[in-house]
Amino acid sequence: MEFFELIRKPWPWYVAGPIIGFTVPVLLLLGNKSFGISSSLRHICAAVIPANISFFKYDWRKEAWNLFFVAGIAMGGFIATYLLTNPESLVVAASTQYSLSQLGITDFSGLMPADLFSVENIFTLKGLIFFVLGGFLVGFGTRYAGGCTSGHAIMGLSNLQWPSLIATIFFMVGGFFSTWILLPWLLQLVN
Amino acid sequence: MAGIKSNSTEGIALFDKEQDSYDGTNQQTQSEGFAGNLKYLIVGIFFGIVFVKAEIVSWFRIQEMFRFDSFHMYGVIGSAVVVGLISLQIIKRFNIKTIGGEMVSIPPKQFNKGQIYGGFMFGLGWAITGACPGPLFAQIGSGFLVVIITLLSAIAGTWTYGLLRSKLPH
Repeated sequence: MEFFELIRKPWPWYVAGPIIGFTVPVLLLLGNKSFGISSSLRHICAAVIPANISFFKYDWRKEAWNLFFVAGIAMGGFIATYLLTNPESLVVAASTQYSLSQLGITDFSGLMPADLFSVENIFTLKGLIFFVLGGFLVGFGTRYAGGCTSGHAIMGLSNLQWPSLIATIFFMVGGFFSTWILLPWLLQLVN
Repeated sequence: MAGIKSNSTEGIALFDKEQDSYDGTNQQTQSEGFAGNLKYLIVGIFFGIVFVKAEIVSWFRIQEMFRFDSFHMYGVIGSAVVVGLISLQIIKRFNIKTIGGEMVSIPPKQFNKGQIYGGFMFGLGWAITGACPGPLFAQIGSGFLVVIITLLSAIAGTWTYGLLRSKLPH
């Protein structure tokens, strides 16, 4: 039972990071698959709405493993949340709490801020910005960049690919710009 | 860069193959059926558990990272890269084959300007949604059903990129 108690607590970075890194050789040795998640979005387009666009005309069935992988991620999310529930609420760094509370975020108990990510916000400006615009940038940007945190930052850097280093640097630059400049403005707009 | 540009106008197929080696490529020659693909579902399940238990899927953890208020995310990504790097070196050095007996093959990443423009755009979205594509799926599994909207919009974003791709600078 002690082990169960232990894994219910939040896992430290030095446990999670190496497991994630270990996925790289596991996928390669299981079936010659390069680690990368954002392609799943492209395969969904190719499978469901190819619309005669050449970018979506390829044999997505050959890449179906990626769709199984992301379905697994959703199931794993379910298991971790409902069966391995963390008995305590999330601990957010005091300085982040302070900065965000200045911007109108009040609830720090969940994984996601309830102030933004709740169902009643779907048809509001909050929903339009944080779900629709944010999601669009993630989908458009990762494909334009040819990968996301997994494909570039982890797989690409592990394989010493310099284009992945450039991509990772610009992921971070975009994130810093968004956090420090865009977000204060967007949160002011919706609150 | 001139060579890349001429490729992009000469033939989409060539451009696709060389410039857009999508991440997550399947390099295995033997095909796998539904049952074979279940392996990746299981790896995904473990992965999703790690994502949630290490709170990588949390919007707040991403904010802490971009605000330099916590080492957590830097530690996760950094140690993942170190383990990935060492593993790949071992695979290459000892020429370790896949369980199907094939040579391990990883398509190289080709540079194009998309890594700059697209990377920046993804970064903007990463801080707004608190998620990269992997965590989106984990957040939905965790019961944040509104993230389905984010995912649908990300799919729409990917689709729009496909539509506009020939007009964008690469």
